[in-house]
Amino acid sequence: VEKFLLKYFTLIRVIIAIAIGIVISVFLIYLISEEPGFSLRSFLLGPFLSRSRLAHVFETASPIIFCGLAIAVAFQAKQFNIGAEGSLYLGAALGTAFGVSTNMPAIIHIPLVLLMAGLSGALWSFIPAILKARWKASELVSSLMLNYVAYFLGLYLMNFHFRDKEAGYLVSYELPESAWLAQFIPGTRIHYGIILALVFALLVYYFLYHTTTGYEIRSTGFNERFARFGGISVFRVIVLCQVILGFLAAFGGMTEVMGIHRRFVWQFSPGYGWDGIIVAIIGRNHPLLIIPASFFLAYLRVGGRVLNLMSDVPAEMITVIQSIIILLITAEAFLSQWKYRVTLRQAERGGAA
Amino acid sequence: MSPLLRSIFSAEFGFAIFRVMTPLLFAAIGVSISSLAGTINISMEGTMLVSAFIGVLVSAFTESLILALLAGVAAGMAMGAILSYFHLRLKADIILAAIALNLFASGMTVFLLFIASGDKGSSSSLKSLVFPELHIPLIKSIPVLGTIVSGHNIMTYGAILAVVVFYIITFKTPLGLRIRAVGQNPNAAESVGINVNRTRMWALTLSGFFGAFGGLYLSMGYVSWFARDMTAGRGWIAIAAATLGGYMPLGTFLSSLLFGAVNALAIYLASLQFPSELISLIPYLATVIALTIYSARALKKRTYKVEEAKRVGKITDVKESP
Repeated sequence: VEKFLLKYFTLIRVIIAIAIGIVISVFLIYLISEEPGFSLRSFLLGPFLSRSRLAHVFETASPIIFCGLAIAVAFQAKQFNIGAEGSLYLGAALGTAFGVSTNMPAIIHIPLVLLMAGLSGALWSFIPAILKARWKASELVSSLMLNYVAYFLGLYLMNFHFRDKEAGYLVSYELPESAWLAQFIPGTRIHYGIILALVFALLVYYFLYHTTTGYEIRSTGFNERFARFGGISVFRVIVLCQVILGFLAAFGGMTEVMGIHRRFVWQFSPGYGWDGIIVAIIGRNHPLLIIPASFFLAYLRVGGRVLNLMSDVPAEMITVIQSIIILLITAEAFLSQWKYRVTLRQAERGGAA
Repeated sequence: MSPLLRSIFSAEFGFAIFRVMTPLLFAAIGVSISSLAGTINISMEGTMLVSAFIGVLVSAFTESLILALLAGVAAGMAMGAILSYFHLRLKADIILAAIALNLFASGMTVFLLFIASGDKGSSSSLKSLVFPELHIPLIKSIPVLGTIVSGHNIMTYGAILAVVVFYIITFKTPLGLRIRAVGQNPNAAESVGINVNRTRMWALTLSGFFGAFGGLYLSMGYVSWFARDMTAGRGWIAIAAATLGGYMPLGTFLSSLLFGAVNALAIYLASLQFPSELISLIPYLATVIALTIYSARALKKRTYKVEEAKRVGKITDVKESP
């Protein structure tokens, strides 16, 4: 058993962190709710209790998977670009602009609109990338500032040039039907975006772990000086991983627009880029682990929404729980004492035998 | 453009610059002091938010300005201490831990705001006290200068005082010497008996101390309520300002002044016929440009030094600077 525990130590740590997060949320609910039992049930079981809520978990998970993958590629190279949100927002806005102004058969229109969005996002995150690679300007600060710029640019574009004045509220024109991603489970809004998200997770996994460029990205993250010494073009890696980040984030945002809203409806930035950071941390930047992490986060989100709707506990509790979970997961030394003791015992037993 | 130019060259505009600069300057000093110790405090955004909220909450319930100030500052220092605990003791990556703390601040303040007031948007139902304005006798009667310099919130003068305090701490106290030593070379500092972790913990806590004033000013001076995510990226702009100022007292002051001017300009432009979205993005764009220019110059200087050293033959090969 102990060998098993040691082998999966990282995973166990993540699970314990999540468990602590849940325990704290139970505690908070009991602290503030008038009917704690009911509130707790709505939070933990709510997402499973109706077909549409369960579907909602899947709908929420797909853009989060995209953003998690995006962040993971950059974080693997230790490039702390947190600009997924901006790329997603501006990319989806430009993709929508392209989609509503063109008309062609669906078989070309869908990939073309997705590609336009992705490329716009990639181009946007090229800015912090080149500023870092060329002049060593902190990508953390510049990508965050550019998030605000992207938000205001996208909002300007949608509200001033593509606003559907007949809609009655602030939204863009509707995409032509040829640019819709089909919802394939009747009675829900689950669309092909989730399939694309899973495919991309596999692609990113293959890219990071089975190609030379992926190896270069990981080595740069592991030890930049060593990577440079080994002949890797760190300049190229810094730019490339962030451009990929922008592409994936915008692509994911566009699938949500094409699959659910069919127009640009975001007057506020949807926050998937930030969710991407959370799942990248929970999934330890591994493309395949990001899938369960995203579903977990989507489950928490939907649970929070149910909680907000049905009880007297505000949904922001979820944000608090998330932050505690990430803090515990990033704390490398958390539980390391325990690991040390188990390792010691293992070694002693090995010596005796 | 003439009305715009006229308003920019007016004394009121000078007044506005100082007003907008105040929270940035406090936060930038906080970031600077942590960066001098080699542990940059990225959680400044969350720190300001928590202090802004705690200040309003305490002032609404106790109706005491002093208690609100103390509680807000304590909350800011606690944020710095928590970050240092997770980074130094639990070995969390400081950037990731700070991102988590920012998230925590954003969620926790809205959560508690809802419990305290039943509202999630802003604390309009909680009546907050504000810090008083200070009219300086004599100076206030000087025509242009008086309008610019006098009549500010007491926090604005506090921010300028904080620059002096920052200078004194950094260059005139043993702690400041230790902070700088640890930041320049932690191994060397440790070899002469400095406790690196404890020094960094103090630097981060002090960083929270200064940042707290910035947050308090936002909710209890700039306006008199708390609104969700009211810091609106100021903590991050402060990081850029601190970097731009080279983490030094005067530099931080000047760069905060610059960012204050850009922000004030955006506010002034908003009164003209121009899409507000395009005006709102100006300060953020200006931050990116300023950060890039600074980084490019710093890089050039570093490369030049290395070239010089190579030319003189002092060194043959140089390791990449981090």
